[in-house]
Amino acid sequence: MMLTMMQRVGRSTLDRLSSVGRALFILIGALFSLPNFKKGTPLLIKQLYMVGFLSLIIIVVSGLFIGMVLALQGYTVLVGYGAEDSLGPLVALSLLRELGPVVTALLFAGRAGSALTAEIGLMKATEQLTSLEMMAIDPLKRVIAPRFWAGLISMPLLAMIFSAVAILGAHLVGVEWLGVDAGSFWSIMQAQVSFEKDVLNGLIKSLVFAFIVTWIALYKGYDCIPTSEGISKATTQTVVQSSLAVLGFDFILTAIMFGN
Amino acid sequence: MSQNLVEIKDVTFSRGERVIYQDMRFSVPKGKITAIMGPSGIGKTTMLRLIGGQLKPDSGDIEFDGQSIPKMPRSRLYEARKRMSMLFQSGALFTDMSVFDNVAFPLREHTKLNEELIRIVVLMKLEAVGLRGAKDLMPAELSGGMARRAALARSIALDPELIMYDEPFAGQDPISMGVLVKLIKSLNQALDITSVVVTHDVAEVLSIADHVVILADKGVIGEGSPEQMKQHESPLVQQFLKGMSDGPVPFHFEAEPYQQELLRAAT
Repeated sequence: MMLTMMQRVGRSTLDRLSSVGRALFILIGALFSLPNFKKGTPLLIKQLYMVGFLSLIIIVVSGLFIGMVLALQGYTVLVGYGAEDSLGPLVALSLLRELGPVVTALLFAGRAGSALTAEIGLMKATEQLTSLEMMAIDPLKRVIAPRFWAGLISMPLLAMIFSAVAILGAHLVGVEWLGVDAGSFWSIMQAQVSFEKDVLNGLIKSLVFAFIVTWIALYKGYDCIPTSEGISKATTQTVVQSSLAVLGFDFILTAIMFGN
Repeated sequence: MSQNLVEIKDVTFSRGERVIYQDMRFSVPKGKITAIMGPSGIGKTTMLRLIGGQLKPDSGDIEFDGQSIPKMPRSRLYEARKRMSMLFQSGALFTDMSVFDNVAFPLREHTKLNEELIRIVVLMKLEAVGLRGAKDLMPAELSGGMARRAALARSIALDPELIMYDEPFAGQDPISMGVLVKLIKSLNQALDITSVVVTHDVAEVLSIADHVVILADKGVIGEGSPEQMKQHESPLVQQFLKGMSDGPVPFHFEAEPYQQELLRAAT
């Protein structure tokens, strides 16, 4: 009984360790095996379109609504203290520091991360990855690397777009609808938001999230069991694990950046 | 110069605890069609992957043109793979590219030919498999047989010395099957390619094979020309070639005695 339990613990630890090893192998392959410029650029552009551009709609629409809700909620509280002029910095700081990078990463995991996992999983199931190998073409170079870099480039851009659209949404509700003074909305925002502390830190956050989400999505697809059940499981795992990882890392990064 | 392009030398290979091959030995003669046959699940596709260097044997050696595949570093293995190609059971065409681009893919990756020349080569390869008219179709628009032929055109794009066919006839209607049989034979003759066909379609493959290897019981149970195989004394070879439901390979999966189990269920 005791032995079986120990065996089970041992086996699952070994499984975990070997999966970490495989994930690292993929990461190193993606980071260091960029195909040459002439062949790699069209691949990267295609993936930037698939991963980044096609995620724009969901990012813009979510950003708009989140900005509008934020302004509405913020206004109802601030107006009680006669501080509705501070709506601008409230919205901008919460978006740039937190909501922009985090919500973008969560949406990205659901929209692009799941698509990456399913696509690579299906490529594996239909032997496309094996056939690349047999054609003497490294799938890490040809398939994984362009997708990884596309994820890494797109997410910070998407997070910036998200925050910008959300601030516009907040302006729409706060200034146009609820009557906050436009001058104070923008000028106090400008005065309170620091480029280094807020904008740059937000960008660093979204870069870290991009790294995590894209890595998990690619690893799950590349390592999945190539059956319909395996692919569906891998896709779910991508969304769940990368979302949780984003939230966990957000806490750590926030503690490091704004902790003291 | 050796007469054999591929030599399998005392290869032992296992997956986890399960031994797939034990000291397996056979060879693939140059310029000939070699059929590798055997019951399902015996590890025929695994053998192709071992030859292609995607898997490594536990012990023994696999030589391709005199060079050991398992001992090759990655860069040399990739060079060797440019001289061989594999036709997958599913075709494994890239679904985001047209038939033309699929066939052009290895040429664009591995040669410095300009687009004009690539176009000529691709058209020639597609003509050879009878799919020149389908060059602009996407893989999803092809029937199973056509997809396999398109994949065949892709696998001969770089004029390989060795083509490995993984179950080329599985799930094909009699006409597509006839077309594929003819194609494998004619490509072998016209391009002087060495072909390895993994299959369990006995009649089709025996009609074109020059050399037959039958796998069972973790090893080779028979090797020789189709005629030699037909007269082979092993009951296992005979059971396989004649497709008998019972014999050395039992019809029943291993179980406790029938009567005993029924009696136990009744009580």
